[in-house]
Amino acid sequence: MSRNIYIYILVSGLVSFIIRALPVTIFRKPIQNKFVRSFLYYVPYVTLAVMTFPAIVEATQNKLAGILALIAGTVAAWFNQSLFRVAVICCAVVFIVELILV
Amino acid sequence: MKTFYFESKKTAFKEGLRDGLPIGLGYLAVSFSLGILAKNSGLSPFQGFLASLLNNASAGEYAVFTLIGAGATYLEVALMTFVANARYLLMSTAVSQKMHEDTPLIHRLAVAFDITDELFAIAMNRPGYINPYYSYGAFTLALPGWAFGTAFGVIAGELMPLRLVSALSVALYGMFLACIIPAARKNRIVAVIILICFVLSYVASTVPVLAQISSGTRTIILTVVIASLAAIIFPYPEESDE
Repeated sequence: MSRNIYIYILVSGLVSFIIRALPVTIFRKPIQNKFVRSFLYYVPYVTLAVMTFPAIVEATQNKLAGILALIAGTVAAWFNQSLFRVAVICCAVVFIVELILV
Repeated sequence: MKTFYFESKKTAFKEGLRDGLPIGLGYLAVSFSLGILAKNSGLSPFQGFLASLLNNASAGEYAVFTLIGAGATYLEVALMTFVANARYLLMSTAVSQKMHEDTPLIHRLAVAFDITDELFAIAMNRPGYINPYYSYGAFTLALPGWAFGTAFGVIAGELMPLRLVSALSVALYGMFLACIIPAARKNRIVAVIILICFVLSYVASTVPVLAQISSGTRTIILTVVIASLAAIIFPYPEESDE
């Protein structure tokens, strides 16, 4: 069964908006539930980490390039380089490694 | 409603433009790689533009495009969007605390529309209540940067040599790293959890039963399980930045 891309976009856009709009319109006091607070605190790190590895290694033509990009990006982010700079460093590493290996 | 802000609407808007410029430029570059992924999932430049304009989320859109490419159900897409963007619940909650309680609903909704990691950071960084016009100034450059960057990615992804596509396709992961690693440096528990995520994510992608379900669903399962366990074992470290 083929699905409509515009419906996919609408569904995701609607969910994205509701997530952002609900708390700002409903909550005026801090959430007290400790589990919910803790869960929400960890969610970004867990989701992003899970999506980064091993996907970064599989995205490139050469696996070694992906591994080196992961290491270089981690080091750059560790030293608080900006979002933009970390992204550029990862790209540069892949480009250079694949220039040599592929 | 002017009375509880430090500056006039016009000044706030201008300051928003100023702070939004580097963010918009960064978005333009980073969302380009998102466009490449969108193209691989069968989206047109306009569809990429629209998806970015409505979602404003790197991880969320990444997940959505991957699911579209895999022919997932609408429900899967809704669930994944929710899980990948769950952090905005927390950010929006923080924003709600920093808004004057008389802020009209329309301004609340408009400010909420583009709560992203970066725009959230600059809004929370200012003294006093959030002035919606400051946010609108920043959105004026950030929104087009993100949306057009995605469309350019869909268009140019086709024209670009494989070598460049391969290099740019890791930009997004670089961005993810930039979001999680600084927190790992500040908080050892976060660092350990990230490592555990890497290991479990790798294991899940190779173990026969788990490897067969879609990568999106795998991400939902892993996120809910790991974040829940982390929340139980290491309850919220009070007052962290993000």
